[in-house]
Amino acid sequence: MTSRPPVKDWATDFDHLDPRWIKDPFPIWDEMRKGCPIAHTDRFQGVYFPSRYEDVRAVAYDTEHFSSRRVIVRETPPPRIPAPPITSDPPEHRPARMVLLPPFTPDAIRKLEPRARALCNELIDKFIARGTCDAAVEYAQEIPTRLIAHMLDLPESDGDLYRKWIHEILEVGITDQGVLMQAVAEMTRYFASAVQERTARPGDDLISYLVHARFNGTPMTADHVLGTLRLLLIAGIDTTWSGIGSCIWHLAKTPEDRSRLVAEPSLMPTAIEELLRAYAPVTMAREVIKETSINGCTFKPGQMVLLSFPAANRDPAMFPDPDKVIIDRKENRHAAFGLGIHRCVGSNLARMELTVAVEEMLKRIPEFSLAGEVSWSEGTVRGPRRLPLRFHQSARAMLKR
Amino acid sequence: MPELRRLRVRVDPDKCQGHNRCKAIAPELFELDEYGNARAAGDGTVPADLEEKAFLARSNCPEFAVEIVEEGES
Repeated sequence: MTSRPPVKDWATDFDHLDPRWIKDPFPIWDEMRKGCPIAHTDRFQGVYFPSRYEDVRAVAYDTEHFSSRRVIVRETPPPRIPAPPITSDPPEHRPARMVLLPPFTPDAIRKLEPRARALCNELIDKFIARGTCDAAVEYAQEIPTRLIAHMLDLPESDGDLYRKWIHEILEVGITDQGVLMQAVAEMTRYFASAVQERTARPGDDLISYLVHARFNGTPMTADHVLGTLRLLLIAGIDTTWSGIGSCIWHLAKTPEDRSRLVAEPSLMPTAIEELLRAYAPVTMAREVIKETSINGCTFKPGQMVLLSFPAANRDPAMFPDPDKVIIDRKENRHAAFGLGIHRCVGSNLARMELTVAVEEMLKRIPEFSLAGEVSWSEGTVRGPRRLPLRFHQSARAMLKR
Repeated sequence: MPELRRLRVRVDPDKCQGHNRCKAIAPELFELDEYGNARAAGDGTVPADLEEKAFLARSNCPEFAVEIVEEGES
């Protein structure tokens, strides 16, 4: 993405693939909020960028003018790739969502927690004696990949394949449609054979649940099941991986927060919400389908809107001292999991994974710091992709479990 | 004789999207349905020692779905 023309002006020519945006978007959004709270670019065939909480919220709630049929801004709009319910609008959205909610309630997710804890410890076992690790590659990215494979009852060793597809769909595929469509086709073929197998021999897993679920009284079509499986994989992995990575990155560079969490483990739920607010990984998109106006800005049909929950979460009108991470922040109506009918279905899973990942890391390795250059993802899911750490314990203390 | 002030929580079912923040903050005051959407536990009455939690649940709901009504103040 180094060959993109440089941004002339963030208010009228922004580019979310610009290296400055990828590295540190927060000052750019601050500038937008002050000067032009709904920015626009002609790049990507026209995109709006609301940077204030109230405008992000207004777009998220308005399903009449803003459609979810395209949720990713790409250089060229690809043929429709349905992944219900994230790409569904009312009235189709509700039944497609309802069918997916029961396996993701807090009670259902609690049952996965022991596996998640064991998995984190298996990963830590591999690098703890070395005294260093890349926490993005060796820890954060492995946790959601292996846990989703566990939920779908697919081999955890297929994780590399999942990450290849996600990289091709969410990063390379923004500008290269050939790579995008190839990855979607491979993924669909992979799930089609699993669906066939679970139709014949249902198990206790999420694929079997979907294959046998009733949708408005009838089974879901094969296309619907495949679309939803694509969604679970695409939406469940690099989002959580990014969230875990950002939490650990923050704790690596903020020893006072790290030692406070070690000393006061009961603070963890509040701290996790604050880290979710400050480092919300996910920006969604909408397509304008009917002309409308929000806070004096006209939205033209056919153009896209980047729905930046991360920017909304840094709006000083909503959050005092928004750029400060305050791990005991009491009032925190953050929008990391979205707002309105498309609230992340996997939010309870993501929260559990984040909590367990941070807790197990701090238990085994209470002292660590950054040990090199951190690199960040490109595109609309933001998180560290390289996160070199050094541990500061004696090997003996670290081996204790 | 003035009645004692009593608080009651309520979740607006049209606004709740199942973020689960209220239940996480005040598990005594909220319960979830099979889809993970919240409602008040029982009749929503808030015991005096849980008032702070009730207000925290309200001020953390991303959808502004949690309401607190005061009763018995007339």
